[in-house]
Amino acid sequence: MTTENHDHAHDGSELLSLDQVTASSPQMQPLARDPKTMETKISALFVLSTLCFVGFGVAYWQDANFWLYGALLGTGMSFVGVGLVAWGKYLMPRGPFVEERHELASTPEERNAFAAALVERGGVTIKRRKVLGTLLGASMGAVGVVSLFPLLRSLGPLPGDTLQKTDWKKGTYLVGSNGRRVHIGTMTVGGSMTVFPEGLQDTDNGQAVDQTMLIRLEPNYPESNPANFKTKTGRENWGPSGYVAYSKLCTHLGCPVGLYEQQLELLVCPCHQSMFNVREAAQPIFGPAPRPLPQLPLAVDANGFLFAADGYTEAVGPGFWERS
Amino acid sequence: MSTTTTPRTKRQAKEAAGPYGNVSRAVNELDDRLGVAKARTFLDKIFPDHWSFMLGEIALYSFVILLLTGVFLTLYFVPSQSSVRIPMDFPYAPLRGQRVSEAFYSTVNMSFNVRCGLLMRQMHHWACDIFVGSIVVHMARVYFTGAFRKPRETNWLIGSTLLILAITNGFLGYSLPDDLVSGTGLRIADSIMLSVPLVGSYLSFFVFGGNFPGTAVIPRFFVLHVLLIPGIIIGLVSAHLFLLVRQKHTQFPGKGRTEKNVVGTPMFPVFIAKTQGFLFITLGVTALLGAFAEINPIWQFGPYDAAKISYAVQPDWYMGFLDGLLRIFPPIEFASFGHTIPLEVFIPAVVFPGIVFNIAMAWPWIERKFTKDNEMHNLLDRPRDVPHRTAFGVAFFSLLAILFIASSTDVLANFFHVSLNTVLWAMRILTILVPIVTYPVTYFLCIEMQEGGRLIGKRKTANIVHRTTEGEYIAEPAAVRPGDGHHELDALPVPSFIEGIDEELEAPHEGELVEPGVRAVTR
Ligand code: FES
Repeated sequence: MTTENHDHAHDGSELLSLDQVTASSPQMQPLARDPKTMETKISALFVLSTLCFVGFGVAYWQDANFWLYGALLGTGMSFVGVGLVAWGKYLMPRGPFVEERHELASTPEERNAFAAALVERGGVTIKRRKVLGTLLGASMGAVGVVSLFPLLRSLGPLPGDTLQKTDWKKGTYLVGSNGRRVHIGTMTVGGSMTVFPEGLQDTDNGQAVDQTMLIRLEPNYPESNPANFKTKTGRENWGPSGYVAYSKLCTHLGCPVGLYEQQLELLVCPCHQSMFNVREAAQPIFGPAPRPLPQLPLAVDANGFLFAADGYTEAVGPGFWERS
Repeated sequence: MSTTTTPRTKRQAKEAAGPYGNVSRAVNELDDRLGVAKARTFLDKIFPDHWSFMLGEIALYSFVILLLTGVFLTLYFVPSQSSVRIPMDFPYAPLRGQRVSEAFYSTVNMSFNVRCGLLMRQMHHWACDIFVGSIVVHMARVYFTGAFRKPRETNWLIGSTLLILAITNGFLGYSLPDDLVSGTGLRIADSIMLSVPLVGSYLSFFVFGGNFPGTAVIPRFFVLHVLLIPGIIIGLVSAHLFLLVRQKHTQFPGKGRTEKNVVGTPMFPVFIAKTQGFLFITLGVTALLGAFAEINPIWQFGPYDAAKISYAVQPDWYMGFLDGLLRIFPPIEFASFGHTIPLEVFIPAVVFPGIVFNIAMAWPWIERKFTKDNEMHNLLDRPRDVPHRTAFGVAFFSLLAILFIASSTDVLANFFHVSLNTVLWAMRILTILVPIVTYPVTYFLCIEMQEGGRLIGKRKTANIVHRTTEGEYIAEPAAVRPGDGHHELDALPVPSFIEGIDEELEAPHEGELVEPGVRAVTR
């Protein structure tokens, strides 16, 4: 108590007691200098808001523009809000008022009684029945573990090696999104298109996993003499007639690497601007992507249509634990 | 207590009920059953008058708006990934005849064919941005003024959990319409799950019910978005408010304010009027934003197609700092022993936010380690008086702000006509430099302000500066004008009556408490 009194003395004020409050105490007066004018202003706001809401009803009935609904509703609500705040702030007793905080903490005796109840009742019922307690614990533990099966395991199949594979196999024809096979005469140098394994162009997996960028880097050669475009040692035969194909899944976070910068011969990912050098095995030259885009080995059949000479030799897309 | 003797006449019954007629009778009925009259002190609960206490209210009211508009949206949204063809008479021509998912179709359909549908959708989205934003600003207020200290650590924990839930639910809702931009967001979320060592691919398969994208994710996210997470949020908000009433408000130091009282305005009717006003203002502003500020126009993005990409991929603002760090983090994948850990994803997208939110949640305990302060605190700190806390907070927020800016490296490069590489390196350096610089700068600013700010609760008087003909500057205190002094009245206990306010009395002219012409200012 002494400290409290000291506090008050310090800033020169005292708590007033309830019987000092009268209707004429300054704290009971409104803050507004001229309450009548304030009342008029607030009334105007409430009238305007009513008009807005009625207007909203009319607009709805007339099937008006959607922004008119919002404008009328929003203005009406704002008027009500400002009016209410002004009412509370300027026309109600200005205060300030005070309330005492009640000690949250209990007395030491009450605390002891509480702890004693826990320990002693617990002691009687649990300590003397150690075996029962252990068995109950074991049972609860078991149900805790097994409930994970339906809660987690039922959510989906196990990944197995699905993330490592795509639908591209030796001999799969390349098709565009319209399902037509790609002839080597289709594209000029600098052209690019998205291709899918034949028959899978409209499926979820075909689009999400198998999507591949086909790019033409070199001009046409006579069919009898297909020149291969080499992007890296060991990939001497992967680029017939100057065509190369890379997985379209960014190795960073799996966005489609959809932007082919023809002048610089770069594939650019629009998500975080990773850039891949198309001439050099799609090596990343900028951005957060850690790995080159996997390359799909291509071949040309007797009629000049492109097909996969083999599947992808590594997992496509972003990294994950099981990826070797 | 109700009456003990049975009244004979109607009049007797009326008198027995109490002096306030129907209200008395209603109170009696309720009190017989629930003892409501004992809760009268609740009507007297004092709310401190300071604008910064309004931030939490905005968060609460934007959540109310989310619930109201959200219920409307569920009436029209179909959470399914099965495919439908958009009819040829659809109002928005570019979409006619396209095969899209039902989720996408129902969303564009409610935007074009349901009256007020688009308004509700845009209000919902804006309310979400305001919700997360006001939680962050509210937490900043609580942090910088030390309101989280004992006994309020629990409410700080509840609050930071609410922030995490709000962000999560924002992301889930953003994913539901199955448009091109949100689908790309989902693909990125999937890759982030995959980056977790050991369990990543299982995590991804269990969330998506198989390989991305599958057909399970939208129905699943829908249930989480409209039922589970809002349910938890409602529960935690109730706990938050309960603790607030139980522990009472904090307050800034000032005239008549001690650790043992609360000074301000009473719950009924003053605070109720103001706070309901704020509810309506929040509603009004959200409705105006929903009408005039287009947000997430998914019909322009088109339906999700895994092989397509929009060039304007921008997550909602509260995800920006993650996107920024993903952009500027160096490509350092760990691959050997037949395993891969994509550190360039795992560190910025899992470890970093984990650290950020853990520091935020554990802050009351972290601070206690340094201050060894185990006292109860009901009076708030001014930020300058606790320079280390303030400096750390500023450094923390400036780091997040830089990362947020880094999420638009491409836009910056275009705007300033510099190479992407320059922007990237500038951002990498700033990310490290800015927090290191802002900490000491804030610290010394605080110390500096402590020196200057000895006059707590008083306004400085104005000076008039003259320049003499010799070029010398002379400052003279200006004459005191009405309103200069910071006049605060003494605090009164809340009287049970409010009637009898005498408007003729013109209280400011009465007595010596207030000089004529000086308006008392409530803080
Ligand atoms: S997903 Fe391609 S750069 Fe991030």
